[in-house]
Amino acid sequence: MLRIHCPICGLRDETEFTYGADATVQQPDITETDQKAWLDYVFMRDNPRGPHREYWHHVTGCRQWLVVERDTLTHEMGQSFLAREVSK
Amino acid sequence: MTSRRLSNGGRIDRSQKFAVRFGGKQFTAFGGDTLASALLAGNKGVVARSFKYHRPRGIIAAGAEEPNALVHLRDGARHEPNAQATLVEAFAGLSSTPQNAWPSLEFDIGAPLDLMSRFFGAGFYYKTFIGPFQGTGFWMFCERFIRKAAGMGFAKTIDDPDHYEKINAFCDTLIIGAGPSGLAAALAAGRKGDNVVLVDQDHVLGGSLLDEQAGSTSDAWLAQTAAELRAMDNVRILTRTTAFGAYDGDVFGLVERLQDHMQVPEADKPRQRYCLLRAGKTILATGALERPLVFAGNDVPGVMLASAVREYLNRYAVLCGQEVVLATNNDSAYQTAFDLRDAGATVTICDVRANISSVLVQKSVRAGITVLAGHGILQARGKKCVTGAQIVPVDSAGHATGSPRMIKCDLIAVSGGWAPVLHLWSQRFGKPDYHKSLDAFLPQRQRENITCVGALMGTTSCEDALRQGFDAGGKTGDAPELTLTEPFWGNDLSPVTIITKPDGTTPGKAFVDFQHDVKLADIDQAHLEGYVSVEHLKRYTTSGMATDQGKTSNLNALSRMAALCKMDIPAVGTTRFRPPFTPVTIGAIVGHEHGLHFRPTRLSVIHDWHRENGAEFTEAGAWLRPWYYPENGEDLRRAYIREAAHVREHVGIVDVSTLGKIAVQGPDAAEFLNRVYTNGFKTLALGRLRYGVMLREDGFVLDDGATARLGENDYFMSTTTANAAKILAKAELLLDTAWRDLKVHVTTITDQWAAFAIAGPTSRQLLADVTGADLSRDALPNNHFTNVLVNGVNCRLHRMSYSGELAYEIYVPAKSGRMVWESLMAAGKVHSLKPYGTEAMGALRIEKGHVAGAEIEGRTTMQDLGLEGLASGKKPFLGAVLRKRPHLENPDRPTLVGLEIIGDQGAKAGSLLFAQTGPTEGHSEGWVSSTTYSPALKKNIALALLSRGRTRLGETIRVVDFVGNSTLQAKVVSHHFFDPEGLRQNG
Repeated sequence: MLRIHCPICGLRDETEFTYGADATVQQPDITETDQKAWLDYVFMRDNPRGPHREYWHHVTGCRQWLVVERDTLTHEMGQSFLAREVSK
Repeated sequence: MTSRRLSNGGRIDRSQKFAVRFGGKQFTAFGGDTLASALLAGNKGVVARSFKYHRPRGIIAAGAEEPNALVHLRDGARHEPNAQATLVEAFAGLSSTPQNAWPSLEFDIGAPLDLMSRFFGAGFYYKTFIGPFQGTGFWMFCERFIRKAAGMGFAKTIDDPDHYEKINAFCDTLIIGAGPSGLAAALAAGRKGDNVVLVDQDHVLGGSLLDEQAGSTSDAWLAQTAAELRAMDNVRILTRTTAFGAYDGDVFGLVERLQDHMQVPEADKPRQRYCLLRAGKTILATGALERPLVFAGNDVPGVMLASAVREYLNRYAVLCGQEVVLATNNDSAYQTAFDLRDAGATVTICDVRANISSVLVQKSVRAGITVLAGHGILQARGKKCVTGAQIVPVDSAGHATGSPRMIKCDLIAVSGGWAPVLHLWSQRFGKPDYHKSLDAFLPQRQRENITCVGALMGTTSCEDALRQGFDAGGKTGDAPELTLTEPFWGNDLSPVTIITKPDGTTPGKAFVDFQHDVKLADIDQAHLEGYVSVEHLKRYTTSGMATDQGKTSNLNALSRMAALCKMDIPAVGTTRFRPPFTPVTIGAIVGHEHGLHFRPTRLSVIHDWHRENGAEFTEAGAWLRPWYYPENGEDLRRAYIREAAHVREHVGIVDVSTLGKIAVQGPDAAEFLNRVYTNGFKTLALGRLRYGVMLREDGFVLDDGATARLGENDYFMSTTTANAAKILAKAELLLDTAWRDLKVHVTTITDQWAAFAIAGPTSRQLLADVTGADLSRDALPNNHFTNVLVNGVNCRLHRMSYSGELAYEIYVPAKSGRMVWESLMAAGKVHSLKPYGTEAMGALRIEKGHVAGAEIEGRTTMQDLGLEGLASGKKPFLGAVLRKRPHLENPDRPTLVGLEIIGDQGAKAGSLLFAQTGPTEGHSEGWVSSTTYSPALKKNIALALLSRGRTRLGETIRVVDFVGNSTLQAKVVSHHFFDPEGLRQNG
């Protein structure tokens, strides 16, 4: 029963959101042809214990994709940002 | 049968006298009784049979920790399994039956099971799969009667007539437990003006104060406190409410049993209410449960927790025995002895401690109680009820040091110390800390907004508990004052809970976990077999894994493990607790979200027309879609074959409004489409549309659909019905993250447009009639669209075919959907236009060899599906790199083929494919994905994925349905069954 701060809508219940992906990995450039780069992107994930950054979608709210800070150990929610405003 | 009810005392309402039923017999109960207290008053010793050995079992506790007295409540639609008799309020007409009782409570099937007990020891379940039992089906054999004898509750299969409510709630301060510390906390927080919720599973406030003798000084304090709390508008008191779960974000799961204490709930009122409560601050005042002692025969009915004996006596006026042996390792049980003596029982105390406080001894002697220091019970005697106790002098490790002697008794009360109820705390914070002086685990880490008070923190006196609660609540007003004189459990506890012979064994079965029938010997055996982790011990022996989650067993199992390992308890550790604290009914969790209320149903804008015209519906995700339109009582098969044949011969119309529709707009829209689709979209001209395939990044096919270019920077994308939401979310993510440089907006317009496919040889003529437009082959070739007017409504007509026929899709503003559909139906009369459903649509696309969800199922590549021609080599697209992984290009992979089934019987989807010879076992060579009868070919056909399929055209293979146990023969053919050249759709 987390609550996530949406920069557009404010503090909202987690049931309004869906988890998207690990926000610490970057999709390779679309012109990248190296299989290793794409394999790493698709399959390789760290499994951090502690603070983590994730993409969450405010799917039944404003439909913005957010980058959300979540502590994987305590489930404490940190700051969140609009994904498109986070520097790559 | 003599009554054990005293004529005076207790907190029952003697003016309300009624009968309750248990196993076909009547028992007298009073207002305020539980089912358990009524059964004990009626001298009902055996209330259940044990899980593995079928031993007679009685009530040992008075609260949520009761492991034995599981009952079925009520009959018929209100039948409820797994109720603990100790938590069930008695009411007039309550009917209950024992649950663990096959074939009956009184009949001993235990003898043969006892003989087999060697097999039922630790790891029994696992051992049936290995060693001499491996592959013999021994478990299958055992399971049949063990499950039955184990007497698990059974769920009813008829609808529950009651309704259950779900709410979300908020408060400043949540207090769980309305004993002394919880009440003190509520007083302070309430006076401070907090919005307070006070929760207790009992139907009255007071907690442990209710176990004091009626008329004690605590009664006045309790009445005054309850009155003050009730007078505060900002304090909500929720009795009959269990806080069963503690979740992230300081959310607590509560279940209020609003109407469980009535025969039939009042009309229109919920029976239970499930509440997710978000608390600013939480005070846990959940108390402690007494630990049983472990000795041979400690499960004989009549062995009870000392605290429970006291509660039955003082609260319910039930004297559980006349001649009592009380065994303890701490001071608290003495209060039970004094109260029993006051009620006229004889009491002998066996105290494992060699040195007992002289105050207690003197007080006991004055009361006429025999105290045997340094003694324990080696064995309880009796079968269906306790007849005596073999007592023995013991050393500081609980080993017998002398010869036992028999004391005749009809009740053995035991106290092995106390275990704080840290379940909710542990659900949130994990593993607790061991405190040696209390021989107990206590909450260790507290956050500033979650405070533990009272017995939960090992507090040893009532004054301390009140002070802690009052402080936690915010110290407002006069501090509550109440002194109780009883000796408390923290005093001078000796951590001996297991009494054995000098060699460490017991002279009979000694139980650690009553509900799962785990013996002391099972813990020993697990140790011998090398189990050192407490988590493994738990799973191997199943100790603590029953529905009571080991409320009475965990600590005793741990301390045995620790002793065997020669480790201290903190080194052995403990497991953490999971919700729920006590079982929660499925009805409360479901609430109103069942049947049609389980999730919203999506309906096409012309759903009513389908209904009015006799359609049968099928579920497609959240949508209800017309499945077929039966004529003259047709079944599904006859209807869809007729509908599909009609399309090939005349013209049909199908509602495809459920397709996902996404507006892709912006200067970089073409580049965006070029990246998500495998084929090129930059060359798509205005007025044209193109079929496209999308991949996941890992190279597997994700979705397909057609996209039309409506304007310079304006595209209309369609997706499959099932993937509409997923594709939109993915597009939004890409545009917000990796492809932020693209100037593109994606907007769902699924609900804004109704869409109908019109297919068949006369579709062009029909649409020309309706629209007046020139739809000739040259004016509107395949994969082009044009804007048309139907009855004054602007619509867009796409020429494209899913069925393989000359076909169109017409996109209509949703609000005009029905009007346009009816215009088409009216104009279609002369062309014998007929509606068709999803089943016929499926038959047509299988004949044509088009892939759908059964083929695009997440494990298939473009190459597998014969779509590799749509993968552009000239531009990058998502999935382009990883689809080239070597194992995805392995020619042995199953590829899409058609099957012509030989014979009259069609194949079942999911059937496995095997070559003509060889065994039909292990991995198959492929599987059937979609299947239909083809009216065009007059054959049963199927789409399938077959290893090296493309090289095997003409081969006859076997199609094996292991579920239906049938084998068919089929000829492998191209999946383009019908009109492979596309003459009809391009005509």
